[in-house]
Amino acid sequence: MKWEIVIGLETHAQLSTASKIFSGASTAFGAEPNTQACAVDLALPGVLPVLNHGAVERAIRFGLAVGAKINRRSVFARKNYFYPDLPKGYQISQYELPVVEGGSLTIRVGDAEKTVRLTRAHLEEDAGKSLHEDFQGTTGIDLNRAGTPLLEIVSEPDMRSSDEAVAYAKALHALVRWIGICDGNMQEGSFRCDANVSVRPVGQKEFGTRCEIKNLNSFRFLEKAIDYEVRRQIEVIEDGGTIRQETRLYDPDKDETRSMRSKEDAHDYRYFPDPDLLPLAVSEETLEAIRKALPELPQAKQARFAASYGVTAYDAAVLTSSRELADFFEGAAQKADAKAAKLCANWITGQLNARLNDEALDITQSKVSAPQLRRLVDRIADGSISGNAAKTVFDAIWAGEANGEDAADIVIKNKGLQQISDAGTIEKIVDDVLAANAPQVADYKAGKEKAFNSLVGQAMKATKGKANPQQVNEILKRKLSS
Amino acid sequence: MQPEPQLATLRQLSDGFAAGKFSCVEVTQEFLNKIKELNSSLNCFISVDAQRSLAQARAADAQRAAGKAQLLTGVPLAQKDIFCAQGWLTTCGSKMLSNFVSPYDAHVIERFNAAGAVNLGKTNMDEFAMGSSNETSFYGPVKNPWDTTRVPGGSSGGSAAAVAARLAPAATGTDTGGSIRQPAALTGICGLKPTYGVVSRYGMIAFASSLDQGGPMARTADDMGLMLNVMAGFDARDSTSLQRDAEDYTRELANPLAGLRIGLPKEFFGAGAAPDVSRAVESAIAEYRKLGCETVEVSLPNMALSVPVYYVLAPAEASSNLSRFDGVRYGHRARDYTDLTDMYEKTRAEGFGAEVKRRILIGAYVLSHGYYDAYYIRAQKLRRLIAQDFTEAFKQCDVIMGPTSPSTAFKIGEKAGDPVQMYLSDIYTIAVNLAGLPGMSIPCGFDSGGLPVGLQIIGNYFAEARMLNVAHQYQLATDWHQRAPKGIEEIAR
Repeated sequence: MKWEIVIGLETHAQLSTASKIFSGASTAFGAEPNTQACAVDLALPGVLPVLNHGAVERAIRFGLAVGAKINRRSVFARKNYFYPDLPKGYQISQYELPVVEGGSLTIRVGDAEKTVRLTRAHLEEDAGKSLHEDFQGTTGIDLNRAGTPLLEIVSEPDMRSSDEAVAYAKALHALVRWIGICDGNMQEGSFRCDANVSVRPVGQKEFGTRCEIKNLNSFRFLEKAIDYEVRRQIEVIEDGGTIRQETRLYDPDKDETRSMRSKEDAHDYRYFPDPDLLPLAVSEETLEAIRKALPELPQAKQARFAASYGVTAYDAAVLTSSRELADFFEGAAQKADAKAAKLCANWITGQLNARLNDEALDITQSKVSAPQLRRLVDRIADGSISGNAAKTVFDAIWAGEANGEDAADIVIKNKGLQQISDAGTIEKIVDDVLAANAPQVADYKAGKEKAFNSLVGQAMKATKGKANPQQVNEILKRKLSS
Repeated sequence: MQPEPQLATLRQLSDGFAAGKFSCVEVTQEFLNKIKELNSSLNCFISVDAQRSLAQARAADAQRAAGKAQLLTGVPLAQKDIFCAQGWLTTCGSKMLSNFVSPYDAHVIERFNAAGAVNLGKTNMDEFAMGSSNETSFYGPVKNPWDTTRVPGGSSGGSAAAVAARLAPAATGTDTGGSIRQPAALTGICGLKPTYGVVSRYGMIAFASSLDQGGPMARTADDMGLMLNVMAGFDARDSTSLQRDAEDYTRELANPLAGLRIGLPKEFFGAGAAPDVSRAVESAIAEYRKLGCETVEVSLPNMALSVPVYYVLAPAEASSNLSRFDGVRYGHRARDYTDLTDMYEKTRAEGFGAEVKRRILIGAYVLSHGYYDAYYIRAQKLRRLIAQDFTEAFKQCDVIMGPTSPSTAFKIGEKAGDPVQMYLSDIYTIAVNLAGLPGMSIPCGFDSGGLPVGLQIIGNYFAEARMLNVAHQYQLATDWHQRAPKGIEEIAR
């Protein structure tokens, strides 16, 4: 039987506010345990939550960026359960009326484009952390993370492969960083996914029973967890079993998912509106102010890159994978013609990207600046240097051998990489080569194509590689056929 | 005429300090002495800390000497043990918090400290404010100074009894369903629950967040106005605190009452109240007519629903509010347990009393999946209807009057075994909390056994100044509020 995979993701993005969602304590990562938990975070008797409007503003920014409906009135609810790292005995979240509803995200898998619909995005607070190591049989509680603002972004079950799920997660990750609402640091838990996975026979309308895999904090784990879970579910069904709706955990060491709790053990969270917080009202003015301050979004930028710089759709997508990369490209390609712009795109996605990867740097740490790259590209475009020489120039600038916007020119001069493109000069050299290599000329005329390459090589050698090879080719061909 | 400090009002104490008749330290010491003498029999206070109180009194004397006194500088006040006060044991009447010393001040405490008032001690109360008789306190029942075999009402029973017994000139209380007004009525003092949102709930240990409101308990309307001037005001730490301009709640005290329209809800004057209570309330209304007021019959048709609605909503909120008492971070923790669940279960089984457990169970039940719509959502809808009844009634009148409590103080133990009977003690007060309106109780007479009766005055939203005016004019014409339990005047001398 052929199976179709159905995946929906719930993503928790930690919002980049300096203080917590309901208290004034800092959200900075990595402090000594319990040094960033104030009376409100500790849930002392009598304390009350006060909403951080920075978190609301970021949630709205997200909603506008995905074309969602921003609810003018949304409600904070209490999700009640006992756990030592949940100080109040309830989590403040949004339940029936979230701040953001609907919207969609466009993803690319290979050349195919697909739209994933979003169900909703709501604000909530994070819990603290239980520390089971180093406490000899007891558990330590660190409440620094308690009350950190989260945006939970829920997708519709629109993805049909782990590749699509990863593409969605990556697109979402890029977007939240693009609009500046989340630092996207997955190691620190700033961006983590729960995957709802089910399978059904191709053609079947109803969804299969789903399992939720919790807390996947890397794209690789997301992919592997889904792949494992899909195999597991198909095996169970093909062996005549049925899937139980349950929550599962992915174990990266064993590369498998394990049951955590079944639906029957699920808590009754006894949600109800939090009487300590008024319903959240969003005014038209607030909405407009946030809309105006929104940066140009990736898709709009892609379209503009393709239209005004003539780069391919694929390159445009790569160049807009982060706002910093897009800024770098625009910095380099400013007022460039189509040829130079294309060269900029190629260099950024090729040579530059490779060097960044090798040295584990991001684009903002590039050792070749956008104006430096542009100068280099201009020198290729105007025929001053060959492609090979350009790589030498790039490496030299990267190594810090020249500084400033005209670094490329300095390197070209210092290393004598200037290409000979003067037709008269090249003709004279070609004449000399033809005169000195009569046997090869004869071979060529007898039909031995290889002899041509040897003659080109001689001409290049005579100019220490600086002659424009294309010109050498043309002139040589003309002279030999005359 | 300047009475003995023990019998003085806040206003008189303030005047006495200003005139140099006595010092803040002397007055504080006198109250501390009386508390020492009488607390063992009345059980009004959970914590007394003479060192702290006297230190505040000395600071107040220094301020007065430096000419920096405010009106309440040096005035001693008892604080209900529901308000967190830095360095003070703050128990909320529960074993659960019997070891909790608050590291911070509630907004109300902060305000009184800034006003220079002296904290005389923390008063006894029903556990987590859940009760109408003060019998649910982990620290034992408070005795009514008018008859020590009777309850003082609850949950602010310790504050009420302390003021009635002249162990404090005034005190703070909190009112979720009548917890200021009912004990005020049962002990013959005054109590005011302000409009919801007027007094910040920050640092006031939550029972039912959408109903809880702190307020003053004193012997005169004037004193309640002075206290409310300090307690009221916007606090950014409470999202339900209302942003309003500061007002002087005593500004209307002297206004004549001629033309005041008093609404008398027919639902308050049926068979529900004891005959002696009805008689006292009716004679108070007759007194108001003499003062030039008109009376109009109004109706609150959904009144009867207020008790069931309250006993869905308040426990629902309480069940969640009390989840933080889990033995993990502070408060009581069971000594022996096998694992986390066992720790939770034993801690909460040991730390909470029967009434608190009952309400947590009710609350968890009405919020459960499958019951939420039938109970919680329906109760919220009815709550709106109850509030609308008042809106309609206030189209015809300026204030509403009726009894505060259906009976005078009952015997300790009399209703302890019957929660529903106990819940009905608040039948006249609960609707006011559900509507978020201000409500007040002032003494208006005695039953045949000599126990005080309270008159309830309900105002429209933010009508506190008017209500205090209505109470003050009555207190100029009558002396019920000056009556003290037998022996108190002698004790004071």
